Amino acid sequence: MLNYIFKRLVWAVVTLWVVITITFLLMHSIPGNPFAKEGTMPEAVYNNLQQYYHLDEPLAVQYVIYLKQLAQFDFGPSLKSKTITVNDYIVNGFPVSLHLGIQALIIAVCFGLIFGVIASLNRNRWPDYLAMVLSIIGISVPSFILATFLINYVAVEWRLLPVATWESWSHTILPSISLAMMPMAYIARLMRSSMLEVLGQDYMYTAKAKGLSRHMVILQHAFRNALLPVVTVLGIITTNLVTGSFIIEKIFGIPGMGEMFVIGIFNRDYPVILGSTIFYAAILIFLVFLVDIAYTFIDPRIKITGEGE
Amino acid sequence: MSTIIEVKNLAVSFHTYGGEVQAVRGVSFSVPRGSTVAIVGESGCGKSVTAKAMMQLLSCPPAEYKGGEILFNGEDILQKTERQMERIRGNEMGMIFQDPMTSLNPTLTIGRQITEGMMKHRAFNGKEAKEEAIQLLHLVGIPQPEQRFDQYPHEFSGGMRQRVMIAISLACQPELLIADEPTTALDVTIQAQILQLLKKLQEEMGTSILLITHDLGVVAETCDYVVVMYAGVVVESGTAEEIFANAQHPYTKGLLQSIPRLDQQRAQALRPIIGSPPDLMDPSPGCPFYARCEQAMRICKNHHPTLEHVNGEHYSSCWLRHPMAQVVR
Repeated sequence: MLNYIFKRLVWAVVTLWVVITITFLLMHSIPGNPFAKEGTMPEAVYNNLQQYYHLDEPLAVQYVIYLKQLAQFDFGPSLKSKTITVNDYIVNGFPVSLHLGIQALIIAVCFGLIFGVIASLNRNRWPDYLAMVLSIIGISVPSFILATFLINYVAVEWRLLPVATWESWSHTILPSISLAMMPMAYIARLMRSSMLEVLGQDYMYTAKAKGLSRHMVILQHAFRNALLPVVTVLGIITTNLVTGSFIIEKIFGIPGMGEMFVIGIFNRDYPVILGSTIFYAAILIFLVFLVDIAYTFIDPRIKITGEGE
Repeated sequence: MSTIIEVKNLAVSFHTYGGEVQAVRGVSFSVPRGSTVAIVGESGCGKSVTAKAMMQLLSCPPAEYKGGEILFNGEDILQKTERQMERIRGNEMGMIFQDPMTSLNPTLTIGRQITEGMMKHRAFNGKEAKEEAIQLLHLVGIPQPEQRFDQYPHEFSGGMRQRVMIAISLACQPELLIADEPTTALDVTIQAQILQLLKKLQEEMGTSILLITHDLGVVAETCDYVVVMYAGVVVESGTAEEIFANAQHPYTKGLLQSIPRLDQQRAQALRPIIGSPPDLMDPSPGCPFYARCEQAMRICKNHHPTLEHVNGEHYSSCWLRHPMAQVVR
């Protein structure tokens, strides 16, 4: 097990390095640079800025400088803000995105699983159709449309919840729901098909023939087996949720990471783009690793051995 | 000798997109207490459906019980509610399934799978159930039961898994054990071991066994009574000796002739029953075996023969038994 974890760690570093390199090259191949747009800037000031941020150096030198900096866990300064570094951005923005993301994740997983199970147990009857119609809507309606609807009705018309910003817990409800809809629908569909497959297995007859009650059969024998495909996608879903959806954050005016990423791209704010991409990649790699570990708890047939089999 | 379960005129249909499939069309037989009864027949003749119906395991829909009764200790199983069935399943009737590779839950330890029935029916606590389960594992011939208790199905071979299945079905010492092709998925040496084990357990526990099989070799080895099914009906039934020595129905004879024999000439080909079973979506009113029968007569086409007494407990459903048959021929 330790051996396996070490091996995964080495691969994680390699993957991260590849991500860094590709992002670095792609970013610099976009036309323009962070200071070019500001036309009124005197030539000397422009040159000074370029020099200060090493932007006048050849790309290879800049790359080495960045890697050195990164080795000290320093994502560098933001080129657009005089006082805030990328580290500050992440430290300030990530907890907010994380909070929103975890709330959305809880909603998505709980309701997704419940809807999926209900649909599978009532196959081809109205609860199944209802759950599946809802999940089709959840998958096909973009989150910004849902968010606008929610703001219009729940917040503006009925005045049940605040419209925007990020202050008390009641401010977090609408963005969490908007963000959770799509993964919830996806999980519901996945869980339904997975449950249907498990319910048709021979060992369901065995469980029933033992005289177990229906809910015991479903909870203890079907649910756990059906969970495996859902766990597989959970890593990616979680990453998407916790690193912030810039659309939802933009609409609700939430000071999370998503917004910073988009503004960074508009401004060609190189350190911000790189910093947030690397951060995102690191979280994804970590969660996929967690999912692999989680498999071994759910399915005893999967064993982690550290050997390359 | 009293009977433990008696099936009377059972009829089961399945509703499919193509229409209603009459899988079982009036089957009657009984299992005397302490004996082993075999239901024999080819694939799709309704054996497994009959077995599952006896424990109300068929999911309705698509299945539907069209009629008949299943008297278990004098009470009709088909009239029981789901709640009442839960108390009977596993407790008074146990079931062993065909494929041990897929009949055990891959994510639970076998110990857990054996004990959960006991904890429900016999109100055992965890420790008592574990002790009992280890004894059972020992009884069904699994070495080192203490270690095996905490292992998962994938750590067992096919034969060992079928032993575990038997342990599960016997966990509450049921009066009746229904074994649905328990040896079909196993290789021949393991088959013999499993059959011996069932026989041994029957002697020790006095369980009655209903064995569903298509393997006449298995029947000859283990059974007291044989029920031959074809296309959802019983065509012949009787003691094992009678059926093997004095088969009356052309289908039973055909089955017996299609088994390879040790004393057979090398050059002599096996004699299969030509053709395939009738479509149960739209069964003919006559004898279901009519189309494949070498001795079919005109009456067989449109009139179903009744189950006639041959001798002792031997019954056969064939027009050849009719006194007029000799004249016609």
